[in-house]
Amino acid sequence: MLYRTAGQFKTSYKTDQALFPIRQDAILLAIILVFVWVIFPLTASEFTFQAILIPVLIFALASMGLNILTGFAGQLSLGTGAFMGVGAYACYKMITLMPWMNPIVAILLSGVFSAGIGVVFGIPSLRIKGFYLAIATLAAQFFLVWLFEKWAWLYNYNSSGAIQVPNLEMFGTYISGPQAASVTEYYVVLFVVTLLTMLCINLTRGNLGRTWKATRDMDIAAELIGINLMKSKLTAFAISSYIVGVAGALYVFMWKGAAEPNVFDIPLSFQVLFIAIIGGLGSIMGNFLGAILIVGLPVVLNLLPNLLGIPIDSAMVEHLNIMIVGSLIIFFLIIEPHGLARLWALIREKLIIWPFPH
Amino acid sequence: MLNEIFIKPFVDMVEAPDFLLQVLWEGLVSGILYALIALGFVLIFRSSRIFNFAQGIMVVFAALTLVGLYAMGVPAWICVLLTLGVMFVLAVAIERVVLRPLVGQPDIILFMATIGITLFLIGFGEIIFGGENKVMISEELGIPTGDTVLEPWGGLLILQHLDITVVVVATLLVLALLAFLNYTQMGRAIRALGDDHQAALSVGISLQTVWVLVWFIAGIIALVTGIAWGARAGVSFALEVIAYKALPVLMLGGLESITGAIIGGLMIGMLEKLFEIYWGQPLLGGNTETWFAFVLALVVLLFRPQGLFGEKIIERV
Repeated sequence: MLYRTAGQFKTSYKTDQALFPIRQDAILLAIILVFVWVIFPLTASEFTFQAILIPVLIFALASMGLNILTGFAGQLSLGTGAFMGVGAYACYKMITLMPWMNPIVAILLSGVFSAGIGVVFGIPSLRIKGFYLAIATLAAQFFLVWLFEKWAWLYNYNSSGAIQVPNLEMFGTYISGPQAASVTEYYVVLFVVTLLTMLCINLTRGNLGRTWKATRDMDIAAELIGINLMKSKLTAFAISSYIVGVAGALYVFMWKGAAEPNVFDIPLSFQVLFIAIIGGLGSIMGNFLGAILIVGLPVVLNLLPNLLGIPIDSAMVEHLNIMIVGSLIIFFLIIEPHGLARLWALIREKLIIWPFPH
Repeated sequence: MLNEIFIKPFVDMVEAPDFLLQVLWEGLVSGILYALIALGFVLIFRSSRIFNFAQGIMVVFAALTLVGLYAMGVPAWICVLLTLGVMFVLAVAIERVVLRPLVGQPDIILFMATIGITLFLIGFGEIIFGGENKVMISEELGIPTGDTVLEPWGGLLILQHLDITVVVVATLLVLALLAFLNYTQMGRAIRALGDDHQAALSVGISLQTVWVLVWFIAGIIALVTGIAWGARAGVSFALEVIAYKALPVLMLGGLESITGAIIGGLMIGMLEKLFEIYWGQPLLGGNTETWFAFVLALVVLLFRPQGLFGEKIIERV
């Protein structure tokens, strides 16, 4: 009823290839955009910003980067955390070396550095496949985190060994650092995420995206129809690492405020991988659904005992949390191995013919 | 600079051969433990194509159960038997709850599921046994302490009795495992399933039984590794990181090869110690053991993509 597609005729190739060939999808997105751009910032509390809104966006972005590589180009990577680290450290060095730099430009540029390093660690993918490649990316993970610790120039030789975000100003307001308001940080993150999401949607629809998908589905066949595998794999590594690097810069500059090297250790990589897989590999929207689930779940689980009035000490809650998240991951994998995006696609198909069964 | 990279380390090695032997011995002991963990991986990978990320946490879980049971006042040897029982129940539970519904899914989904198992076991273990560091009950299990001092070339070589025991026990375990795989009916079934799933099923090999069995064997290996590593470094969740060390071993040896796992483990154990002592600490500020094995495996893979002993991949369209 609500989702009826009957009567929406496509009369030209262009309308058929439009971003939203079905009107309801466009309306739904418009509603979501109104919520995230207007209603959330007006109503959200400080806690909601810091615990849910900002991290969901940042993790969705990181997962989108990983999804380009794993979901679209089919190259499994376990080094996401380290590439986020590269973005964060690059941004930190740029800001401290060139304080006059526009922070948003710095954040967007920091991805370039992680893209470069991503290409270097992507070279083995030309020879290695599958799980061998996954372990090869772990080399990046461990080596880079070690480098963050040992190379004192990266954190300006300060004694704590951590990077500390300074107060950054733009148009007369603080947008980052201890004095920035959560709303401003949220808008900066939202702006960057919206920009890169549009980029990703169009990239994956276009020539490059089709090349990636062909590489993923069967690389030898792709090579036979004239796809340059090296170009396809390395661009996937570059663009994926770029997005992951920007997400890393946002992670430290807009959310954490400070970071030690071990923040970028392997648990972060896995968290992003969970989001990509639970959300759905090979889907852009899935990243957001996955991020809402994986970031939101621990927050809800933490609040739950208080709401229900059950007295449990916080360490216990923490452990229960890990356990529940672990079981839920298995649960979601069993009920829908293709992720939440696929679940939504099924619901949507049902909605289109609702209230009739078929 | 070139001198320090290419000449000085070797001069040091020749000048103090006893120290070099000591370094190699330490590397050998950790290499054997890496090889054990890698064996657990290889068994599961061969029979089910599952890249079992939970092997590391199984090591911790087995060690924690053992120590936890002993703390409740159970005699040490009964603790070992009970822990084996727990590992068996765990194997059955994993097969029933996680693997059976996921049969036939893409590799990456099963891999993710094992990470789910890892998280579950971390939470579960911390709730039951607590997260603090514990001491392995090595004396009660009859593991000798103390050391033997040898004096090759008038130098000094200290062999911990604990390490010697580890080497002997691990070697016996590997031999027993090889005998089991090669000379028993169940072992043949495991290998058959590894070679060809469908053919094995068609001659009546039960997938479920074999899966439970390999996970149980992986559990036994985890317990032995847990005891050995726990006696050296204490029992805590930090033990989990040694499981990551098994990954480059697998790359180097090949994901399907048992010989590869053993040789790869020994090679990585010794080479990373050598690199850390002679190059890492003087030149790079130390702690290179976290990544050296991975980079080494990566370089080897660039020339042999299927690992040193892995099955040659033949691709057809």
